[in-house]
Amino acid sequence: MTRQITFSQAVNEAMALSMREDQDVILLGEDVAGGAAVDHLQDEEAWGGVMGVTKGLVQEFGRERVIDTPIAEAGYIGAAVTAAATGMRPIAELMFNDFIGSCLDEVMNQGAKLRYMFGGKAKVPLTIRTMHGAGFRAAAQHSQSLYSFFTHIPGLKVVIPSTPYDAKGLLLESIFDDDLVVFFEDKTLYTMKGEVPEGSYRIPFGKADIKRKGEDVTIVAIGKMVHTAIKAAAELSKNGVEAEIIDPRTLSPLDEDTILSSVEKTGRLIVVDEANPRCSAATDIAALVADKGFDYLDAPIKMVTAPHTPVPFAPSLEDIYLPTPDKIIKAVQEMTGSELVI
Amino acid sequence: MSQTQTNQPTISKEEATWMFEKMLEIRHFEDRVHDIFGTGILPGFVHLYAGEEAIAVGLCSHLDDKDYITSTHRGHGHCIAKGCDLEGMMAEIYGRATGLCKGKGGSMHIADVEKGMLGANGIVGGGFPLAVGAGLTHKLKKTGGVAVCFFGDGANNHGTFHEGINMAAIWNLPVIFVAENNGFAEATPFHYASSCKSIADRAIGYGIPGETVDGKDVMAVREAAQRAVERARNGEGPTLIECITYRNYGHFEGDAQTYKGEEKVKHLDDLDAIKKFYTYLTEQGIMTEAELDQMDDDVRRAVDRAVEFAERSPYPLPEQLMEDVYVSYKTDGGAAR
Repeated sequence: MTRQITFSQAVNEAMALSMREDQDVILLGEDVAGGAAVDHLQDEEAWGGVMGVTKGLVQEFGRERVIDTPIAEAGYIGAAVTAAATGMRPIAELMFNDFIGSCLDEVMNQGAKLRYMFGGKAKVPLTIRTMHGAGFRAAAQHSQSLYSFFTHIPGLKVVIPSTPYDAKGLLLESIFDDDLVVFFEDKTLYTMKGEVPEGSYRIPFGKADIKRKGEDVTIVAIGKMVHTAIKAAAELSKNGVEAEIIDPRTLSPLDEDTILSSVEKTGRLIVVDEANPRCSAATDIAALVADKGFDYLDAPIKMVTAPHTPVPFAPSLEDIYLPTPDKIIKAVQEMTGSELVI
Repeated sequence: MSQTQTNQPTISKEEATWMFEKMLEIRHFEDRVHDIFGTGILPGFVHLYAGEEAIAVGLCSHLDDKDYITSTHRGHGHCIAKGCDLEGMMAEIYGRATGLCKGKGGSMHIADVEKGMLGANGIVGGGFPLAVGAGLTHKLKKTGGVAVCFFGDGANNHGTFHEGINMAAIWNLPVIFVAENNGFAEATPFHYASSCKSIADRAIGYGIPGETVDGKDVMAVREAAQRAVERARNGEGPTLIECITYRNYGHFEGDAQTYKGEEKVKHLDDLDAIKKFYTYLTEQGIMTEAELDQMDDDVRRAVDRAVEFAERSPYPLPEQLMEDVYVSYKTDGGAAR
């Protein structure tokens, strides 16, 4: 059997491999090592990232390439944009995607647009790694899933892996891609284990992965919702409903063909997204199928998403904020008109 | 200024020629853009640099192509001083396919990365982090290059001023922060919007040198710039230079400039930066009036050629709409998912 490592280790391994392969790859962010300029630490880390994802990198690559920044997101994300445009290949860690409010200009108006505004004379090979996701009891400012925000902006690529295998292959692809990639890591997936090959491999962008084959309903699930959908599919299967689960893996670019082919086969689409429901990845995918796959549909499209509220703190509320297998099953019932006994 | 400096030329004739020529290019370019804009044929917004020439030229007289600059919405002068092509610039402002950015940036995003010009910028305060990033590349790659961040007095109240300068200081980066204090952030006076007497005073907070110079005196700017560039190239870290200046035109073309007072007349005449440098060069015997006047004629003709080039250039074709969004693929032009 291939070795099993965690999602967190897979992300770490992709960074280490890229930094060994290319001297221009640097990592910068808040406490990515931690303890900068503390005499007794030198090239030892204090933290290795707030969640320990970047552990060990400063020991191998030194503080010149693993750079602790001030808590100044506009400053260091903006610096990473031009470091990329002038010859480096940086990985910048935006600790929580919620902090984009402090550096949106640098991502949206500078990084995403330099190439276009300069008539193709610049490239920005920057990867911004950022944590997202609810379910961690981290409340409204540390739990959002803001990938639709970035998908909206031309010039950005948006990657959301759901497994350790995908995380490593997609992160290597992101780092060596010549465009600005925003790479989302769900904080609740970091401890998840999965089979991950040693050594370097890359997963191309715009290639969705069919995480489960099925004939009766297509479930497009984003990030950790893939696992929620898999649980729902197992229950549905007991009742003779076979769901096909599609993990887009990248929202920009989006693999339209895989989604449309699946809906052509099943005639039904549910989009499962833990983000808020308005102007979201879920509405975008629903619109895609309504626009290009309307004739395939035997039932209206369903979306299973968070409600239009901030992420609540109280566990009793956060648990009902997130999509669950039951909510997916209920959507299938509504769609098929069947009285499934779960 | 010491006695020796006043009696002896402090620049060579070659340097003086380059500087005077660049100042003239900026002035005549901007005056022409002003006139053309008035006819209504130019698309978009333009913000003119006329009056502030001494700053871009004084700084850039120490730079070469490997050095980077970041600029502002008032970026034509920085472009010219950094060696960008006048014809490509004018075509860009006209929105033509032959422009420096193929007509897709325009006045507010005019750039030429090969010349080290990282773009005019439509976002006030946008340049601070960008200059830090360019400085970081220089430091990590040990190029010996520097990055210069030009910014206006309006930007000195922006949060990125603090984040950028602080970061350049803690990492000892080869970055020079150059404030172009023209007295007005759009239509709001500097003394109203800034809680400091001078922008240079703010350097104290970052433990870096800060000084204020006469931004209408190209020799004064050049001298301050020399100290800052040397410090940066020697690995001694960033410097903040505040240049006191005045813009000849409004914030943007079309601005009625009701906030300006009597000082405007003096700035357009006695205090004019080009007039001042002309007098200096002739009085010091570095160049003759005939030589300088000839340059003036030559530059006017070069600007004429730039206008002619722009006007006979084609607009970008429809397919160019979809180009250069990404390196690796074209968007589809439809739903563009």
